[in-house]
Amino acid sequence: MAVLVIADHDNASLKDNTHKTVTAALAVSGDVDVLVAGKDAKAAADAAAKISGVRKVLLAESDALGQGLAEAFEALVVPLAANYDAVLIPATSQGKNIAPRIAAKLDSSQISEIVEVVDASTFVRPIYAGNALETVQSSDAKKVVTVRPTSFKAAAEGGSAAVETVAAPAAPAKTRFIDQQLVKSDRPELAAAKIVVSGGRAMGSAEEFQRVIEPLADKLGAAVGASRAAVDAGYAPNDYQVGQTGKVVAPELYVAIGISGAIQHLAGMKDSKVIVAINKDADAPIFQVADYGLVADYKAAVPELMEALTAAGK
Amino acid sequence: MKVLVPVKRVIDYNVKARVKPDQSGVDLANVKMSMNPFCEIAVEEAVRQKEKGAATEVVAVSVGPTQAQETLRTALAMGADRAILVQTDQDLEPLAVAKVLKALIAEENPDVVIMGKQAIDGDNNATGQILAALLDWPQATFASALELGGGKAKVTREVDGGLQTIEADLPAVVTADLRLNEPRYASLPNIMKAKKKPLDVKELGSLGVDVAPRLKVVKVTEPPKRAGGVKVETAADLVSKLKNEAGVL
Repeated sequence: MAVLVIADHDNASLKDNTHKTVTAALAVSGDVDVLVAGKDAKAAADAAAKISGVRKVLLAESDALGQGLAEAFEALVVPLAANYDAVLIPATSQGKNIAPRIAAKLDSSQISEIVEVVDASTFVRPIYAGNALETVQSSDAKKVVTVRPTSFKAAAEGGSAAVETVAAPAAPAKTRFIDQQLVKSDRPELAAAKIVVSGGRAMGSAEEFQRVIEPLADKLGAAVGASRAAVDAGYAPNDYQVGQTGKVVAPELYVAIGISGAIQHLAGMKDSKVIVAINKDADAPIFQVADYGLVADYKAAVPELMEALTAAGK
Repeated sequence: MKVLVPVKRVIDYNVKARVKPDQSGVDLANVKMSMNPFCEIAVEEAVRQKEKGAATEVVAVSVGPTQAQETLRTALAMGADRAILVQTDQDLEPLAVAKVLKALIAEENPDVVIMGKQAIDGDNNATGQILAALLDWPQATFASALELGGGKAKVTREVDGGLQTIEADLPAVVTADLRLNEPRYASLPNIMKAKKKPLDVKELGSLGVDVAPRLKVVKVTEPPKRAGGVKVETAADLVSKLKNEAGVL
């Protein structure tokens, strides 16, 4: 029984999601290999080799893999899967893009976004926006599983696995990469940040979102998140969305400002260790999950919070 | 250009799902059901493609119980031309749904499939990708913009870190993300008109597709509840509690 983990990385560096997925993989089997597929991704592969418990790292490089094209990942991973009993993939946007395509080609029923490994064929996963947890047992010979990284601890460093190069498949014939616009930020990454400050519809405009949420996030060394309503209204980029269909976060501290707490938003943040809600509506559902609630207009509360943080040496 | 739009009948997005006491699943008796929100976006997109002349026919399909006919009528009221229900009371896994859709596609020969990226009940986010793989078609998931023309789909996708644009040769599968459009409300005259549009019902068994479950549901449980919190009076009070009580600052 061996498991292949598909790494989350940006070529230059490995994302923490990989370490967390390795932890889930080690609960399935002691034989865990990591596939780093990208372009000029040697540095990420070397980082993967240092994860404790990893048997071997496979490195595959091509333009199409670097562009993340699902068809390229299918062509690479399906033949490799012959050597494995399970393929585990972090449930990032890219993981969700490629995993079902691989599962389909293996005629395997994918197990999506697991939060717990019960045994090598039994997993727990949230359904209905996290309002229920489903324990499923797979009868497929090869299992394809996406892993919710926030539910697993990161595997430690300290390994020294070998890095083996595998041939990349030919470029997909029917799909072409045109371009991408990535949001540049010096802030911590949303899915991995220890503190997240999120703004909601109450902000009223993109300018106000930037004026209120971003300085507070910077003061706390936090990542910036947003509710679906704020993203839909154009106050924040799509990449900021926290929720059932956006990013799932579980930081030490989650600060929700002007967010009412719709079911689909709660699904993305209710596993945070400490939740703070600031909202002028005392009946907002966000207060039902908040450890600390401040019923106040953010316009007054956020400047006061900034002052109080300064006074506390932040 | 023919567009096929698969749609799913699910618990209404405003309703909080409740787990059955015997842990066999989620209680859907007497619960408001609606079209999955992402499916609405997919229908809207297909109809807009037709309105701007890029598509000629929009066929809505659903795989589900008799009541899914209501969901298909909603799609027809939004502007789909006709509908097909593959009727079953079985709760199918995404792999099985994709196999059923593949069988329908062999009959319908659409140029593009536009569907929601995820259903809000199973939260799998998988059926579109599986369908594309089974057909050996290109996929463009999580679309926030779609241009159809010249035998190609140009799709802007919501990815980790921002947006990506790709081009896929048709036929292809496109899955809709939230920002693709804002679905219209069906007007009363259109709801009346939808009642007269063709809606074909096929029995699942007639398609000869293997839909045997691969996943056994061992149990469905409620997630651990968060303990109730406290209200603080001032921002200073909040900072002091976060620092001294919660220890997160």
